[in-house]
Amino acid sequence: MSESPVLIDALKSRFGDQLLSTTVCCNQFTIEVAADQALDVLRALRDESGFRFTQMIDLCGVDYLSYGISEWETEAVTDTGFSRGVDGEGPGRFDWAGRPQQSPGARRYAAVVHLLSIELNQRLRVRYFAPDDALPIVPSLVEIWNSANWFEREAFDLFGIVFEGHPDLRRLLTDYGFIGHPFRKDFPLIGNVEVRYDPDKGRVVYEPVTIEPRVGVPRVVREDSRYLQAQNELAQKG
Amino acid sequence: MAEIRNYTMNFGPQHPAAHGVLRLVLELDGETIVRADPHVGLLHRGTEKLAESKPYNQSIGYMDRLDYVSMMCNEHAYVRAIERLLGVDPPARAQVIRTMFDEITRILNHLMWLGSNALDLGAMTLFLYAFREREELMDCYEAVSGARLHATYYRPGGVYRDLPEQMPQYKESPWTKGADLKRRNDWRQGSMLDFLDAFCADFPKRVDEYETLLTDNRIWKQRTVNIGVISPEMALRWGMTGPMLRGSGVAWDLRKKQPYAAYNRFEFDIPVGVNGDCYDRYLVRVEEMRQSNRIVKQCVDWLRGNPGEVMVRNFKVAPPSRVEMKDDMEALIHHFKLFTEGYCVPAGEVYCAVEAPKGEFGAYLISDGANKPFRVKLRAPGFAHLSAMDEIVRGHMLPDVVAVIGTLDIVFGEIDR
Repeated sequence: MSESPVLIDALKSRFGDQLLSTTVCCNQFTIEVAADQALDVLRALRDESGFRFTQMIDLCGVDYLSYGISEWETEAVTDTGFSRGVDGEGPGRFDWAGRPQQSPGARRYAAVVHLLSIELNQRLRVRYFAPDDALPIVPSLVEIWNSANWFEREAFDLFGIVFEGHPDLRRLLTDYGFIGHPFRKDFPLIGNVEVRYDPDKGRVVYEPVTIEPRVGVPRVVREDSRYLQAQNELAQKG
Repeated sequence: MAEIRNYTMNFGPQHPAAHGVLRLVLELDGETIVRADPHVGLLHRGTEKLAESKPYNQSIGYMDRLDYVSMMCNEHAYVRAIERLLGVDPPARAQVIRTMFDEITRILNHLMWLGSNALDLGAMTLFLYAFREREELMDCYEAVSGARLHATYYRPGGVYRDLPEQMPQYKESPWTKGADLKRRNDWRQGSMLDFLDAFCADFPKRVDEYETLLTDNRIWKQRTVNIGVISPEMALRWGMTGPMLRGSGVAWDLRKKQPYAAYNRFEFDIPVGVNGDCYDRYLVRVEEMRQSNRIVKQCVDWLRGNPGEVMVRNFKVAPPSRVEMKDDMEALIHHFKLFTEGYCVPAGEVYCAVEAPKGEFGAYLISDGANKPFRVKLRAPGFAHLSAMDEIVRGHMLPDVVAVIGTLDIVFGEIDR
């Protein structure tokens, strides 16, 4: 995103407590704001002279369920032996009937916005979480940037995030009459229904999927100090 | 008195001018568009979700299938995002090879666009001309990767292998024989760089041919001048990038403004339009082909003088060579781990964009430290462009819809993902 440290200082002095967090990863800035303040902050980011983010390049939904959970024990198992790595709740592991039930606790749904200022040649990432997991609602940005229109429809379709104030919040990518929000982490990778042409009925029919869930490679989280080393070297180079 | 009301019409999903599976619901007042409602998603394959269930490297092939006429540019964005999270820098030669293939891809894409757009608007010949040159460039894809379209050539840490010493030649067949066979193989006597040299010397003449057919063509101008006018302000509001933005006079190109790969080594110019209509965007794209040709030529010269590695020697990310595996246990283990489990990417998030032929193609990765991405979001330029369809075509006549769909340069592989 933006490589200028000036931006992060300007953001902190302008927005103060409205920024819940600011993080830097790979020289890119991310700020987090509360959902109810997102409209104010983003409008200021578009209009004010130090920011001038006239373009909203991207908006996407994220479901943070199962973040950081691996399927294969790799540490402290030397005296018991490795597991086979076939258990877990990754999206490819279950079918519709066996999908994990929503666990209460950490906030799941967030909208992530990528902004670009072509005048000042800087980028910024803004994240705001939906306060309620059962019915995730965040404000719509359509009145600030027209481009938000389809990006929000897509996030609604795939994650079920409701964008309050959107003029035309219909499904975008999935089939007419589709049930569920396919990019949620508790939606099975194999899906729920399949279609085929039925010659007797003379039309396309929907049936439960016949394929089995199957994952070839288990999800593994490994600490590898070499990557940290490489990152530090890169950071020092600037 | 008879009741007068608007007429609703389905354009597509099976329409040759819809450039794929676009269902466009048009509300017409006579022949004037009152409202256009594009229904997309007929090609939705859930690429992003599939990528979440696989190790990083196994998804590179999916990227080719997004915008399937600018394959390597999509790979570039994804691979660059991984490299940035890993903190891996590809060697200089790999960067120049990527730059060269990005520009070859841009020519491929613009030729496809030019040919099919002209065909939509009634100019048949150009389509055949464009495919003649596309054929030569797809041979380059095939020579480096073995595949004409879905190459999977870019890998985190570099490119899959170095350019071939010998450009493959055509064999005699019922379709290629005699003088035609000789003509084709004349360019293919030496290495791939020799072949590209010959191509670059020849290509400006070919672009002149296309321009002879269209640029001053009365019918072409009647169909494109002052059609689909987009103001710079409107282009920004709708998140437009690439030729759609430059056609409106905004000089914004990631290759210049946020250089990546080896673009800051080479000289090229960024064409911009004035009026922001379909004709200006046509001129911008044609000039971009000439500039891409210029970059390819400079890359060829650089690559001739600078042999070297094309992949980092970091066996946690890139596999060791087959030869090394034969007598080195360590190399064998690395190879095994890399192809069974993959590599774990440090936790974090990154957005990397490239100037794809259609605009800004970006890959947004969230990693939680696992060997599979936690979330992948692919930012397709055509998605933002098509969402502006309604505002662009309102008030235009029905045949202009075809011209506007053409000028948006949409491909459903990337819009539906």
